[in-house]
Amino acid sequence: MSQSTVDVSAKGGFSFDLCKRNEMLTQKGLKAPSFLKTGTTIVGLIFKDGVILGADTRATEGPIVADKNCEKIHYMAPNIYCCGAGTAADTEAVTDMVSSQLRLHRYETGRDSRVITALTLLKKHLFSYQGHVSAALVLGGVDITGPHLHTIDPNGLTETLPFATMGSGSLAAMSVFEAKYKEGLTRDEGIKLVAEAICSGIFNDLGSGSNVDICVITKGNKEYLRNYMEPNPRTYVSSKGYSFTKKTEVLLTKITPLLERVEITEVGEAMEE
Amino acid sequence: MSIFEYNGSAVVAMVGKNCFAIASDRRLGVQLQTIATDFQRISKIHDHLFIGLSGLATDVQTLYQRLVFRHKLYQLREERDMKPETFASLVSAILYEKRFGPFLCQPVIAGLGDDNKPFICTMDSIGAKELAKDFVVSGTASESLYGACEAMYKPDMEAEELFETISQALLSSVDRDCLSGWGGHVYVVTPNEVKERILKGRMD
Repeated sequence: MSQSTVDVSAKGGFSFDLCKRNEMLTQKGLKAPSFLKTGTTIVGLIFKDGVILGADTRATEGPIVADKNCEKIHYMAPNIYCCGAGTAADTEAVTDMVSSQLRLHRYETGRDSRVITALTLLKKHLFSYQGHVSAALVLGGVDITGPHLHTIDPNGLTETLPFATMGSGSLAAMSVFEAKYKEGLTRDEGIKLVAEAICSGIFNDLGSGSNVDICVITKGNKEYLRNYMEPNPRTYVSSKGYSFTKKTEVLLTKITPLLERVEITEVGEAMEE
Repeated sequence: MSIFEYNGSAVVAMVGKNCFAIASDRRLGVQLQTIATDFQRISKIHDHLFIGLSGLATDVQTLYQRLVFRHKLYQLREERDMKPETFASLVSAILYEKRFGPFLCQPVIAGLGDDNKPFICTMDSIGAKELAKDFVVSGTASESLYGACEAMYKPDMEAEELFETISQALLSSVDRDCLSGWGGHVYVVTPNEVKERILKGRMD
């Protein structure tokens, strides 16, 4: 067995060793797997004091809803958040990776992160994979130079905009923004407009659904309003619950008692001066 | 035919009150022929952490061996067991490393974390984590499992009721799927014991 398959890979990055085997299986007629996508409506807008980001909370696997309440607004830095649409694993991995890079950069420079730093790191990564890392992002934050809002395409194209939408529900949300957006919105007006745009995506686009998440970023402060609106509660819940008429037949039972988990804390000696 | 339908599988995990249950079917097939009726899909990582893997059986076994290796290394370095959340991040990273040539399996991770709080999560084949507070499903019978669990699940169930619920959900879902079934294998884990039960189901 070659050394590389046994060792923990220290270099990081992607590993392509199963590609040949998967290619062989596809040629034999077995279809490749489908990945968890986030269908999605994600939006952002700039208001008087900063940036407001919004997202729905549905994750789909083909036509099935895999997660009814997932989080699509990812943390990048204390003053920068990023919404992600596309393949869920890609958006999570890319935002986590750039978030770590930003943190290291903050330690090196001793300053707060800037939104364009995050933008450049993301676009360089996505462009180098030529769109195969399928992550469409709406990046927003407030740094020393003011509030910024950008969109990033899976191919690496970026745009700087006062209001932006991405995802399968982007057209539904953009129609609300184009009709009602104006410069100098107050915080409450901005939140109301973002919630309306996301709801438009939730009700009109099949790939988006469930609840509305909102994140308000201003200078020196951020508010993550998880499940700000829940316009789709379970309509009927039976108070009795489900009762089973016939019990399951058990063939074999094996009980393994577990030892009580004991925390051993070692009291160390104080360090010498 | 999809690659996930080559061997057939059904795995489900549910959260109860300070306990969790993880269950799978027992069939191993090669497309429409059944090869074994006692295939082990759920494996123990440590006393309070189990992982169920659905999908291509060869990748199920390879991935399980890799994860046990990584966990043993962790135990040697840290002198303690891995927390379920940490383990889920590890599995996600190992799967995402193979983003363009993935392992063809979908894991379901279930464990008891700090303060015996149950933790469950599932991932797609490239490591997109999906944390849930109620139940997670995976495998060829997943569509039926979603429906059965939505209907039968209640929050804060005790261990015995949780066992009954997860077994009924599993058996009724695999009855509607040709590629999985031939009985069930259920683990119910509380802070003090692990109850492993084999269920009698339709053998067709």
